Order: sequence, then structure tokens, then C-alpha cells
Amino acid sequence: MTKLAQWLCGLALLGSAWAALALAPPGLQPPGPLRQALLPLPVYLLVAFGCYSLATVGYRLATFNDCEEAAAELQEQIRAARADLRRRGLRLGAE
Amino acid sequence: MAARGPGRVSVLLPTYNERDNLPLVVWLLARTFSDSGIDFEIIIIDDGSPDGTQEVAQQLEKIYGSDKILLRPRAKKLGLGTAYIHGMKYATGDFIVIMDADLSHHPKFIPEFIRKQKEGNFDIVSGTRYKGNGGVYGWDLKRKLISRGANFLTQVLLRPGASDLTGSFRLYRKEVLQKLMEKCVSKGYVFQMEMIVRARQLGFTVGEVPISFVDRVYGESKLGGNEIVSFLKGLLTLFATT
Repeated sequence: MTKLAQWLCGLALLGSAWAALALAPPGLQPPGPLRQALLPLPVYLLVAFGCYSLATVGYRLATFNDCEEAAAELQEQIRAARADLRRRGLRLGAE
Repeated sequence: MAARGPGRVSVLLPTYNERDNLPLVVWLLARTFSDSGIDFEIIIIDDGSPDGTQEVAQQLEKIYGSDKILLRPRAKKLGLGTAYIHGMKYATGDFIVIMDADLSHHPKFIPEFIRKQKEGNFDIVSGTRYKGNGGVYGWDLKRKLISRGANFLTQVLLRPGASDLTGSFRLYRKEVLQKLMEKCVSKGYVFQMEMIVRARQLGFTVGEVPISFVDRVYGESKLGGNEIVSFLKGLLTLFATT
């Protein structure tokens, strides 16, 4: 099953469960307060997911490592590499 | 598959106009491998660079020996996927490292890849910028945001079981890379992504090692609107087809 199909299956399952409960005929409806919570549930879930996404991306953005030492180390090694390669007879182009 | 670590490692280096960077990355590779006592060969696949990359490569071949540096150029720019296929034909190692030749990937991580591979007998070890001590250098906030956002979206849609899908610093078991190359059709960033997704589909195991990515020191790195659009297209294609 493709990822798209998995998503569609999941959404169809949840969607039909929600529709069955929320839009049931009057005799089969869940008690009042529960029904009140049920009706806007999809919107709540969507908003919650949006918040989760923003928070996750924001947190990861803020904690994205800046590899300053790695860059400094590389510069150091580039100098050593140039000197060593020149000693071994490599003709490096204009720098 | 029998539990065995790398005997010889073949490094595939696709190049295009990397005259300045190539000698430096080869020097770093050679030093890393000799320091850690790993048998290696470096296969340079140059796509007809006009800047003289191949002359530099020939000089390197003389310095390090033609058993260590294999120059296997192609006439013109033909893309990354076919560069790997081309290079792999000449690879004699049982493990293959693919990396960029622009110094954004530091060879010092290769021994860690190998350690990781042995530890879990993994088929693939992927460098990751998004975990542990991994990270980037030289990216502004916008670039980081796009990267993090794209990565989050990918994780949600594909649940690939690996944290860095668009990275291109990886160790592959040779036969695994061969099998994946037959299956993967995408280009650019999506190509690297497809490799991991297909690998998971085929039941191959993926280990991860945090790496620091130092954005191109020489030459310029590109991330324009086109890259983003083709990334999204590729992501949705993988979403719908795998």
C-alpha cells in the first residue's frame, strides 16, 4: 500500500467513525455534552496538528547546530593540505 | 548476509568544476584512511568540467598512485544517478561511500560510518544533519527554516525511518547500492530521498551518524525556487507511489 493509500484509509476510517457518531439519527445519538464536543472535533484536531507542526519546526529551527568549530577546523586543514600538496608537486591554480 | 565489516572502501566522487576543492578533499580522504588503517580507493567521476578538474585529478593520480585514485571521467554533464552507476563499475571495495566533493562533507566521519556499520551490520549508514551533534555551517535563518520545514513534511508524509533524507553523505554495501540504483529514477534532492525510501521498502537496514555539514567554501551553493518546487514534486510523487 502506498503512503497516500495509507493516509486515505486512515482518514476514511476516522471520518466515517466521526460522521456515524456526530450525524446519527436522534435516537442513537450520544448524550448532549459528548455530542457538543464531538461536532467540532475535526477542526480541533486540525488546529492541534498545525500547532504541533509549528512548534516542532520552530524548536528544531532554534536548536539547529551551527558548526562553527567544524568550519574553523576545516579552514585549518585546508591550509595544511595546500602546503603538503604543494610540497608533493601539485600545481594548484591561482588562489 | 554474513556479519562482516568493510574490507576496502570505494569512495565515489562525482565532480563538476571542482578544481579547487578536489585536491583538498582527496588529501583529507587519504589522510583519514591512512590514519585509521582502512584500505581505500577514490573514484573520480568528472563530467567534462571546463575548469581543468581533470588535469588536477591526473596530478593527484600521480601523487597518490593509480591504485588509490581512479579517474573515470565522462564526456559531459549527465547527472548524479548515472555518475554513481558509472563509478560503481570500477569500484573494487565491498562498501561504497558517496559524498560531495565540495568539502561540505568531511572525510573524518567515514571511520564513524564504518564503526556504525559494524555495530549493527547495517546495509546503509547515512550521515544526518538533524540529529545529535549533527548540524550545518553557513546557512542563514531562511535556509534553515526551509530545510527544517521540508524535513518535517517529509517525515510526516513518508515516515521513512531515517532523519536526513536529502543528505548525500552515505556508506552503502556495494550490492545494496547496485540494487537501489536499478530502482531509483528521481533527480536532485529527491534522488537521495528515494534511495532511502526504496531501501526501506526492500528491507535494507539504515544506521545514522550525526555529521556537520559545512556549506561550500569555494564556489556557490544554490537553493532557489526551482529546487523547492522540484523537491515538492518529488516528495508528492514518492508519497503517491511508494
